[in-house]
Order: sequence, then structure tokens, then C-alpha cells
Amino acid sequence: MKTDIILAGVGGQGILSVAAVIGEAALEDGLYMKQAEVHGMSQRGGDVQSHLRISDKPIASDLIPLGNVDIIISLEPMEALRYLQYLKKDGWVVTNSKPFENIPNYPDIEKVMEAYNNLPNKKIIDVYQIARDFGAPRSSNMVLLGAAAPYLNIDFNKLENGISHIFGRKGEEVIEMNLKALRAGREK
Amino acid sequence: MKKQLFLGDEAIAQAAIDAGLSGVYSYPGTPSTEITEFIQASPLAKERNIFSKWCSNEKTALETALGMSYAGKRTLSCMKHVGLNVAADAFMNIAMSGINGGMIIVSADDPSMHSSQNEQDNRVYGNFAMIPIFEPSNQQEAYDMIYDGYDLSEKLGYPILFRITIRMAHSRAGVQRREIREQNRMHLEENAHLKYILLPVNARRRYKELLEKQSEFLEASENSPYNQYFDGPDKKTGIVACGIAFNYLLENYPDGFKNPVLKVSQYPLPKKQLLKLVEECEEILVLEDGFPVVEEQLKGYLGIGLKVRGRLDGTLNRDGELNPDKVRKALGLDVISHYNIPSIVENRPPALCAGCGHRDVYEALNEVIKEYQGAKVFSDIGCYTLGALPPFRSIESCIDMGASITMAKGASEAGVYPSLAVIGDSTFTHSGMTGLLDCVNSNSNVVIIISDNETTAMTGGQDSAATGRIHDICKGIGVHPDHLRAFVPLKKNYEEMKQIIREEIEYPGVSVIVPCRECIQTFKRKKKK
Repeated sequence: MKTDIILAGVGGQGILSVAAVIGEAALEDGLYMKQAEVHGMSQRGGDVQSHLRISDKPIASDLIPLGNVDIIISLEPMEALRYLQYLKKDGWVVTNSKPFENIPNYPDIEKVMEAYNNLPNKKIIDVYQIARDFGAPRSSNMVLLGAAAPYLNIDFNKLENGISHIFGRKGEEVIEMNLKALRAGREK
Repeated sequence: MKKQLFLGDEAIAQAAIDAGLSGVYSYPGTPSTEITEFIQASPLAKERNIFSKWCSNEKTALETALGMSYAGKRTLSCMKHVGLNVAADAFMNIAMSGINGGMIIVSADDPSMHSSQNEQDNRVYGNFAMIPIFEPSNQQEAYDMIYDGYDLSEKLGYPILFRITIRMAHSRAGVQRREIREQNRMHLEENAHLKYILLPVNARRRYKELLEKQSEFLEASENSPYNQYFDGPDKKTGIVACGIAFNYLLENYPDGFKNPVLKVSQYPLPKKQLLKLVEECEEILVLEDGFPVVEEQLKGYLGIGLKVRGRLDGTLNRDGELNPDKVRKALGLDVISHYNIPSIVENRPPALCAGCGHRDVYEALNEVIKEYQGAKVFSDIGCYTLGALPPFRSIESCIDMGASITMAKGASEAGVYPSLAVIGDSTFTHSGMTGLLDCVNSNSNVVIIISDNETTAMTGGQDSAATGRIHDICKGIGVHPDHLRAFVPLKKNYEEMKQIIREEIEYPGVSVIVPCRECIQTFKRKKKK
């Protein structure tokens, strides 16, 4: 069993903590994993992505080949589309619907949504709204992870443990908030 | 012990600690920064009193590492690829002197220039200096090769160049640690001066010794467990896969290789195994991330004789980082069908953060230089390089650490007026101070803006070498106190800022302006704590 994931977003949105939780969960499951991150210049408000590969067999490449990704998880709707070349024809896209407009030529949001029409498997949700509704406004990235959870081939409770581990140093309250967000996302 | 999830950089750091490291000497630079940061944060490193404070630049770092090695202890020096240019004088001559305590020099290269101004392949430096080069293919190998590398360095008496690329540096995987070893005690060599005083009489002897050592380096490569030969049924093409390129090859053959493959992770190139490959196969395909270093070696300049394919004959792109898809194409395998990127997707370049002091500096500077038709602003390496992009478009150049000051000087001497430089505090202490001394000695007509955010920001906020002392340094170098100006870059100060810049443009000599306000990122992080 192998799951290839691309996490996408804009520098500073928090994709690396989503990656960290999945990674922790995979490790607890005794799976192999590789995760290529972006550090450096592009973290300053540019587009960022992470290739995350999980498997029960050893993994060769740190980068995922084109047409191989099982799921794109994105905190920004245009950013998910940037990595469409990587997606399997029957792969999933789980994305936040709210655009992050820090460039003057950001396309019309209707045009962005139209680009999703051809994709067979997608989940487009307003993670900010859901996070607010569930009283966890600062954990919108965990809402997104919750929404993606059914397609990751990882037990949900392992993801919960991952959150407890990754946010452990920040105290019970932060852990609870993120768990709440994760569960809220799963319902969507 | 259970496997731990490490970035390639972190695996290197942990391995060095576990192998008995006593000091790491580095200057931050993507993608090498996380190695030294990991050691700085490691409780075990703290307990063992491992020195890990940042150095002013890569040259001071490498020389200090040599001092520690001289005294018999194990040492590590880490830099990005272009950092080794700064340290090149030390690097080339450490290959002459040799070492005492084990020494590993990590060069983190950046093919495709994700965060760099060129994509030089520092295996060329390793060959230039004629020392062994290690190039791990995965995170576990990165750990093991550092761990074993210290033994080899001490056995041979020479440093090892440890070459990784950005993908290895910044990718995480599970790593199995090994037993934690004792640190070396201080031990001095007898007649050390005959090694380390590179006067011609000693240097000539040392060079002969280095040449004689080559056969030992080769033997180490041929016997290295990290260079492996894999058989394959199709003998038409033999494949040489170096470092991380081996993974991309493996990705395309999950059920075993079709061709004979030589995996290379240690140099000089293992001759015995290469000869076997050449004897077995009609042609050789070389997969390497970076320059066609091995390909050129095998092919020779004229390219007659052995048929070698790779980046030079167009089988692979001559430039850019490798990936599994490029390798797949080179292997002649079918393209996997995939979606295309919708045309509405726009580029999203990085930008200066909201609230960053450099923004205010450029706003005011742009206003003032509108008044001077011939104004040119030379800049440097750091966050403020983003002043090149809209909406600022303020700067003319970004070449290498410190070049803003010296380029402004040269341009001014050619007649450019006003000739300005924008440099950050950390870049200034790295390589700008000597250029400023040149300006002072020539009384050049330049305005040098040292935009001081009290940190090394682009790489994530490491300590800057002279926080709070920029003024004193400039005064000490000889900048006239009347033309050593300061302001706090904030919107409310724009009029004052513009006036100061204007006055110093009008002054026909060396002016230094130091806008000073803490980096917004380090400020936010401190507030959180």
C-alpha cells in the first residue's frame, strides 16, 4: 500500500504542520515515509509545496513522479491546481475554497473554480468558516487534514495521536483545539 | 532504538554528534542551515559542550574548524555551495596541509537555484583539491557516511568533502542511529609545523604526499560499501547513478534494474567497478544531479572512444535539478499520462513580509532616487534582494556576498552618480567590511545603506555577527562620523529618512546610512514566547 501526497499552499499558511502530523502518524503505523519540504526564499509569501510519500515498502525517490499523486491537499484553491500534473487521473483534490490574494494578477475566483469541473474526485470546503464554527479558528489547517483523512490510508486515531505528539509542547488546550478541528473536517 | 524522522541535514548533524564531534563551524545558507541549527538545539550536543556558535563567514568557519582538527578533535564545517567559494582559499590549502582530528566539510548544493544565484556543483572543488568526496543517496546513508567518514578522514589524514543537494538536505525520512561514541581528547601531532606551515619547502613536499595519497583514496572508494554494483540482463547500456540520482533510477525500476548499474556515493570514482561496467556494456548513461562531472571524466573532452550519454549529449537537460520524470525520459520509458496545469494559474513569487523594515527603506529610497536621473542601486544577498521585484524594482544587482559595496565603488569611479549600495547587517559583516575599507581609502563617492534587521533573516533568523555594533565597526573602518547616519525605517519617519538619503547623496564622499529595525519574523517569534 502506497500513498503519494502533495501538500500545497502559500508560505506561512501552515502546510508543514499538516505534513508533520501525517508523518508522525505514518511512523507510528510502522510505515516508511519520505517528505520533501521547501525552505528558504519561497517561504516569504511565495508558493510552497511538500511531497509526502507513505508506504509499507521502502520508498526510492524523495520527489513524486508526474501522474502518481493520490491526493493533493491544499490550503489555497489556485495552489492546488499548480500541481495538477502530479495527480493520478482518479486522484483526489481536497482544498480550501478561500483564495489567498497576495499577487495583483490573482485570477477571477470563478475561473479558478471552473478549473475544478474536469476533476472527478474533489472536496472544496471553506476551512476558515468550519474552524470558526467549531470554535477553533486558529486550526483551519487541521480541518483540512480531517477532510483529507478518508483518502490517506492511515487510521484516524493515528492522526489524532500525531496531533497530540506534534503539539505536545504547546499544552492541552492547543491539542484539544486541533483535535476538534480535525474531527470537524472529517464530517465534511 | 526506534527510527527517527530526520531531514537529510538533521541526519548529518545527529551523525556528527554521535560520532564524537567537538565543534561545528558554519555560516547560514540554504540548504545547509539546518545542520548547524540542529546541533545548536541538541541536548546531547549541549551536554558534550560541542561548540556550535555561528561564524562571520564560511572562510572563518573552515579555518576555525582546521584549528580544532589541529588540536586533535573532530570537527564539521557546513555551508551552501557558493559559501565554499568564500572558503575556497582555506579549502584548497587544507588539502595541502591535511588534518589531525577528523574533518568533514559539508557543501549543500542547489541545482535549479531554488534559493541561490548559481547551481555550481562542488564535486568540482573536491576533484580540484584532490580529496575524497562523499555523496549519499538517502538520509540513512547521510547518517552512516558521516559516522564512518570521521574514521576515514583520520585514517587518511585528509578532510572529506560531503556533497549533498537541496533535495537531500530538505527531505525527511526515518533514520536508524548508531552507538554514541566518545569525543577525541586533545592530542597534538609531533612536528605538526612541517604539515601546517605551507612555506614552499614544506608545500612542495606536502603536494607530493597528496599526489601519492591518491591511490589510497581510490582504494577506499573501490572498497566502499556505499559504491555498489548491481547486475542487470540488458547489457546494451550500463548506468552510473551518483548520489540522489540513484533514487530516481530506483523509482523507475521498482522490481529490479534492467541494466547493470553502478551506484556511486564515494569519490574518486571507483575505477575497478567502472572498468567492469565498461567491459560489460556498449554504452554508459550517467545520472548525476548538478554538473556533468562524472560524464565529462568518462567521456573526455573530445568524446571519442567510449560512448557516454547524459547531460552533455542532450539525453538529460544540461541544467536544472534531476527528478524521477527526467530520469524516466532518459531511460526511454513511457511517459505516465497526467493532467495539465490550467492556464489560469499565475506565478506567486516570494515577497518581503508585511511590516518588514526593508520595505520602508525601499519606499523612501525609491522616492529620493526619482529626483536623480542617473541613480543606480547595487544590492546584495539577503531578504532585501526581493527589492528587485514589484512593487519596488529598486535594485540593479545581486552577485555575491558583499558585492553591493564594491560594485557601487567601481561604478562610481566609472562615472555613475549617485551610486548607492543596499546590504544587510549579516552580509556586511560576512564580506562587506573590507569593501567599505576600500571605499574609505579611496574616498569614493558612494552611499552605502546597511539595512540592519539585527538577524540573518533569509535563512530563518540566525544570530547576526555584529548586532548593535554596526556603527562602531563603520567608525572604526574610518567612515566620517558626520556621514555615518541612522534612522528607524517606519512610515512615520519617511520625511526624515528621505532627507537623510538626499543629504548623503549630495555629499561627495563615503556615506553610510544604517536604517535599523528588528526583523518582523524574529520579533513575532519572540512575542509568542
